[in-house]
Amino acid sequence: MVHFLLRRLAGAVVVLAIVAVLVFLLTRLASGDPVALLLGDQATAADIAKARVQYGLDKPLTTQFFLWLGELAQGNLGQSLFLQRPVAQALLERAEPTLFLAMFAVFIAALIGIPAGMAAAVWRGSAGDQAVSGVAMLGASVPSFWLGLILIQFFAVKLGWFPASGYGDPTASLAERLHHLLLPALVLGLLNSALIIRFTRASMLDILGEDYVRTARAKGLPEGVIMVKHVLRNALVPIVTVLGLTLALMIGGTVVTETVFNLPGVGNLVVRAVLRRDYPVIQGTLLVIAAIYVFINLGVDFIYTLVDPRIRLEAK
Amino acid sequence: MQTSLDTVATSGTSTRRSPAVTRRSLLLEAVVTAALGLTIGLAPAFSHAAPARGGAANLAMVGEPQGLDPMTSTADLVGTIMQHVYEPLYTFDANWKVAPMLAEGMPTVSKDGLSYTIAIRKGVKLHNGRDLNADDVVASLQRWMELSPRGKAVGKEVASLSAKGPNTVEMKLKQPYAPLLAQLALPSGMAAIMAKESIAPQITQFIGTGPYKFKERRPDQFTVLIRFDQYSARSEAPSGYAGKREALLDELRFVPVPSANTRVEGALSGQFQYADLLPVEATSRIEKGAPAVVPIVTKNFGFPYIVFNTKEGVLASQPMRRAVQTAVGSGELLAAGFGDNRFFVVEPNFFPKGTPYFSDAGSKLYNNRDPKAAKEEAAKAGYDGKPIRIMASRQYEFHYNMALVMSEQLKKAGFKTDLQVVDWATLVQRRNDSKLWDVYFTHSGLFPEPMLSPPQLGDGAPGWWETDSKKKTLAAFNTEVDPAKRSQLWGQVQQTVYDEVPFIEVGKFNSLSARSAKLEGYTPAIWPFFWNTGLAK
Repeated sequence: MVHFLLRRLAGAVVVLAIVAVLVFLLTRLASGDPVALLLGDQATAADIAKARVQYGLDKPLTTQFFLWLGELAQGNLGQSLFLQRPVAQALLERAEPTLFLAMFAVFIAALIGIPAGMAAAVWRGSAGDQAVSGVAMLGASVPSFWLGLILIQFFAVKLGWFPASGYGDPTASLAERLHHLLLPALVLGLLNSALIIRFTRASMLDILGEDYVRTARAKGLPEGVIMVKHVLRNALVPIVTVLGLTLALMIGGTVVTETVFNLPGVGNLVVRAVLRRDYPVIQGTLLVIAAIYVFINLGVDFIYTLVDPRIRLEAK
Repeated sequence: MQTSLDTVATSGTSTRRSPAVTRRSLLLEAVVTAALGLTIGLAPAFSHAAPARGGAANLAMVGEPQGLDPMTSTADLVGTIMQHVYEPLYTFDANWKVAPMLAEGMPTVSKDGLSYTIAIRKGVKLHNGRDLNADDVVASLQRWMELSPRGKAVGKEVASLSAKGPNTVEMKLKQPYAPLLAQLALPSGMAAIMAKESIAPQITQFIGTGPYKFKERRPDQFTVLIRFDQYSARSEAPSGYAGKREALLDELRFVPVPSANTRVEGALSGQFQYADLLPVEATSRIEKGAPAVVPIVTKNFGFPYIVFNTKEGVLASQPMRRAVQTAVGSGELLAAGFGDNRFFVVEPNFFPKGTPYFSDAGSKLYNNRDPKAAKEEAAKAGYDGKPIRIMASRQYEFHYNMALVMSEQLKKAGFKTDLQVVDWATLVQRRNDSKLWDVYFTHSGLFPEPMLSPPQLGDGAPGWWETDSKKKTLAAFNTEVDPAKRSQLWGQVQQTVYDEVPFIEVGKFNSLSARSAKLEGYTPAIWPFFWNTGLAK
């Protein structure tokens, strides 16, 4: 298994190296000048040229790339052009809301998706199955910004149960911050539960057709034991994969929800950095998001080996 | 009693709402125009019961400030926040007249208009507890003239700046320079007075004299200011930005909320006590939020304008620009840009009626929308059918909508057009290269002093308008210190703009913001301020 993980780790490093090159090139090849934006309408051409020198943007692209790589090698993601702080600090400040939001949302998605998917599989073809599948289809089709605005309208503006946006004031406790996260997590959880329902249902149906389930039934085991011990456990591999990937995607993929709810998360950071052409932030953040995605995938692979012994054996 | 609708009409704005202000991606989302504004100036103070002291206000702003140095950034948002921390020597009163702030009174000006002696108020406390003195003022203004885009323009006119005693400074000019006091008073690119020991190329300690002091900034989350208990207030009654300032709220929390919809929902749900620049489409929703939420309309908030490349390309020739001007219908452009006619004004005068710089010079050349005449003018100008490259950004949706309509108007007059829609960052970069464009759309706040915007009235701004007529009319305008004569001279500058068409000022727009009814004592203003403002218990 160590060999298996080492091989995956080496692959991850290669992927990250490719991502670093692509991120740098795509960022710099896009038009737009952060310095002109930073200095505003009143700045003269001389002011802009001077600032470009100050930020090292006058250097050839290859020089800038290797300077950035050199900094990366020392663990330095660079300094934001707009935020007056290191990229790593900016990222850390935004990691908490995004991580909490992602975990909260995945929890809600799993809470809804796994039981609903199981029920749909067990009562396959029934009205309940049709209803669950229909709801899942609807959930997958609803735009998150729309659902977000509807929830804000109802729960925040009309009922006043939740804050409409933000992550709490500077003195907010953890409970207050989680209170701020509930509506956005509900949006993401509801939307992502659709995927979990479909995967759980499909995965359960596969397992329900296996010989060992038939054998268990023939042995007279109670249906509940068969479902939980024999079916669900074996159906978990693809579900864990989807949950893991959903969590990874949410680290950098909650942009719309973060925007609608004005959450100071990583997605918001990237979007604003792109609009500002804040190169160090775009590069650093995307690289970190890619790294997280890659390592969550690695983690999922590792969990596979725990959940499914066949994978362990194949690795040998 | 609070009024149900707070309004303010003003002749001035800032770069606040200048597109330079990044955010301002969303700014436009929020910006709304309108017609009206017979009176100019900050709204007169409404009669309020004295607001309570204490509490914290959450203030939803359109984005994250680019920094907190009020000198180096001309972004409105930076000025809006930091005007609570720093104060200038002069400021604007409710009628947009220059009034003293840290200065004891108006300056003593020599007869030749070259020497300004400014007495500084005694006993003014800095946030570090020390008394303000002339050395702080000299060091601050020197930094401003070195680093601030606005200050640099002033610096070219200044021969010397020195302390004449512990509480007096003297500024000597190379030639009379009429916009000086307005430049010193503007909150955007502010001539902020700082503690000398805090002055550095990059400010890390924000030590001013304002009613609030800096506490904490977390980018994209909040900037927090807290009351400065030793604040030295003026004794005059409050008037616009001038007069007595009192920090009633314990804490001001400026929260960046780039999504205009989120600002609307936050205002309606009571989460924000103030929400800046809301989309005009939200007007009815905000009105329905009464009595808990109060809409704020700021009239004559700004103006969209169309810049022409006078240096090279198909519009480098003045007769060609005149032909384009004849083809353009500003009314249609404004309707396309802002929709609701309560939020825009179609009028040729650059400054509203009733203001010192109101003039109808050149008005015959405004809003003609005459394709036939334009076609004839273009033919006479030797138009060869080359496409006119129009650059606009959807980051400011009204720019894009106006550009679409202008493109059609030009086509109707026989011009070929090439509409290039780019994001704002790209436009800001490309406009500096004269080979890449013929026309671009932008907008600005409406300032009380003509020389403050648009930058095309100065030197070197994109468009590169440099003619003898410009130099002559502006030189006369800028060296005339008599306000009455200056007003007349402005008409000549405006006429030159209409004749030479370096840009077209399309019209004026109003803005919509909202506040909680609990936020008492708030006076609508172009750069919103929250001193003299408290929360009802």
